[in-house]
Amino acid sequence: MAAQVFAFILHKDGKADDTALELAVASQKIAPGAAPVAVVTGAGAALDGVCQELTASYAEVWKFASDTLAYPNAEIIRMLLLKALPKGCTLLLPHTTFGMDLGPGLAVKMDAAYVSDVTAIDGLDGATLKAVRQEFNGQVCTHLACDMSKGAVVSVRSGCFQAGDPGAAGGKVVDKSGEVGELSGRRRFVEVLQAEVGDVDITKEDVLVSVGRGIGDKENLPMADELAKAMGAVVSCSRPVVDAKWLEKGRQVGTSGKTVKPKVYLALGISGSFQHMGGLKGNPFIVAVNKNPKAPIFQVASVGVVADLLEFVPELTEKIMAAK
Amino acid sequence: MEILVCVKRVPDSAENEIEVKPGGADIKRDDLVYSVNEWDNYAVEEAIQIVDRVGGSVTVATIGNEESEEVVRREMAMGANSGLMLVDPAFEGSDGRGIAAILAAAVRKGKYDLVLTGAQADDGAGQVGGMLAALLDWPYASLVNMIEVQDKKLRIGREIEGGNQEINEIMLPCVLSIQTGINEPRYVGIRGIRKVASVEIPVMNAAALGLDSAGLGPAGARVKRLDYFVPPAGAGAEILEGSTDEITVKLIDLLKAKGGLK
Ligand SMILES: Cc1cc2nc3c(=O)[nH]c(=O)nc-3n(C[C@H](O)[C@H](O)[C@H](O)COP(=O)(O)OP(=O)(O)OC[C@H]3O[C@@H](n4cnc5c(N)ncnc54)[C@H](O)[C@@H]3O)c2cc1C
Ligand SMILES: Nc1ncnc2c1ncn2[C@@H]1O[C@H](COP(=O)(O)O)[C@@H](O)[C@H]1O
Repeated sequence: MAAQVFAFILHKDGKADDTALELAVASQKIAPGAAPVAVVTGAGAALDGVCQELTASYAEVWKFASDTLAYPNAEIIRMLLLKALPKGCTLLLPHTTFGMDLGPGLAVKMDAAYVSDVTAIDGLDGATLKAVRQEFNGQVCTHLACDMSKGAVVSVRSGCFQAGDPGAAGGKVVDKSGEVGELSGRRRFVEVLQAEVGDVDITKEDVLVSVGRGIGDKENLPMADELAKAMGAVVSCSRPVVDAKWLEKGRQVGTSGKTVKPKVYLALGISGSFQHMGGLKGNPFIVAVNKNPKAPIFQVASVGVVADLLEFVPELTEKIMAAK
Repeated sequence: MEILVCVKRVPDSAENEIEVKPGGADIKRDDLVYSVNEWDNYAVEEAIQIVDRVGGSVTVATIGNEESEEVVRREMAMGANSGLMLVDPAFEGSDGRGIAAILAAAVRKGKYDLVLTGAQADDGAGQVGGMLAALLDWPYASLVNMIEVQDKKLRIGREIEGGNQEINEIMLPCVLSIQTGINEPRYVGIRGIRKVASVEIPVMNAAALGLDSAGLGPAGARVKRLDYFVPPAGAGAEILEGSTDEITVKLIDLLKAKGGLK
């Protein structure tokens, strides 16, 4: 049997993040039948609600409450975990901006292996974990073998471990707040600045014409504007279009942009990275136009057109106008 | 401020269709277009801008082979003051931890106040920066999209979910991984590249770095890639076939039916 499995729980406003349950499911793939332990850090009364909620899917919930933990600062939490976790254990993390901040350094300090952003877990063979991850923005997958004999930190892609039974219920909360002592670091959290609100609110739109790096140049944007106008839609985009300052940040769909829930989503020259698709909710009708027939977006789209968008889009616009 | 920026030469995934070789041992590399990892380019630009503001110098380091020299030269053409090539057959097949250990040895050979990496590279691991910081026992922050130099510390922004920005103060020396969009990397023309074409770039191997090669490469790797494979096709999109004319007609019908035309 593998050493004990722990799961780091993110939470907000007194509720556990969706990833809490996903980590419980993932832990069953590593050590079937073993009871994973949830690790919860934070401050204030809301924390108790989170811990209570977690007892439904975790046999044991370790609670660490302290004012220093009110905001999850990866450096402080690393210190805490190094004190609290047993040697050689496995820790599951969500592959979020927090997981990316904590995981790699923690693994080094634990002298454990680190596997990042796994999308599937095939199982454990002795001390070797076999898992799946993606490379090149999802264009190819890989199997990897991870030597867990000295422990492991495994970060898990959100949304990949939804199906399945997390098992164990009726767990108990163990308050470990007293065990960690003074925590202080060389990085101090100051504040969170909310993203600016732009001139349009793409989160409220039913039909989005979304442009990606495939649009090639700022000069080609009017092409998307005209199509959107013909369709009665609004233009949104992927991250590289914002990075290049071709469109404002408020138009970006994705985990570090907006979460949209349109009925119809027309993706032009977007490859379909998980960070982009992560911002697309509500099961819309997705049309993908891409010149690469192997682009990952074709796996999730409803309908695909393999074409150069610079030729296809003006033609589509013209036809829609003519049909009016 | 003495700044080291770690850069990697990668197949440009925006330019290439990445295909798996039969058998899955590797991807097809013969016709790939390589470039500097997108995130690293932002890191170099940021380092140059910091040095423009507060003085110091920028060194660009890469672990790779002879071909990696082109990306170091490219970043020097942008304005980095010097380059550093870390090349040794023993480095090949290292996992993220191994790469971080090599970079850590290079950092210890210099006198740097700040080390920048990209947030992630071609295999999307996003691990080297955090590991490097831990090996050096320096503080770390990932996904940085704003840097303000203060006395002995930095005020930084981290891009978190929803595009919100988490502001932190971090002591120097430190390691930061840089997120795209932090700046607008300058354009490098062929003339810029020519200007640095004959600048000597030092090369260091494991011995020069004082590294024991036993812990590097596949032997030292606790995480190993077993194969590449094509993602199993899900239900997948219905690909519209025919002439552009036929495709647009079909698509307009579908859009109408789904409420995509108002
Ligand atoms: C922490 C983090 C957060 C992130 N958050 C987000 C986010 O919120 N939103 C987001 O979008 N990304 C986000 N990203 C970036 C993400 O990983 C991808 O890099 C990005 O989504 C790629 O955008 P793209 O599909 O437009 O570009 P690419 O991946 O470069 O794809 C361009 C596509 O266009 C096609 N194409 C090129 N030319 C043409 C043409 N003429 N006609 C038709 N097709 C063409 C290509 O075949 C390719 O498939 C994030 C990354 C990180 C690390
Ligand atoms: N071979 C390498 N040489 C230099 N820097 C590297 C190398 N591999 C990764 N890095 C750095 O680590 C960052 C993150 O890469 P990764 O952890 O592999 O996703 C990159 O953006 C680079 O800054």
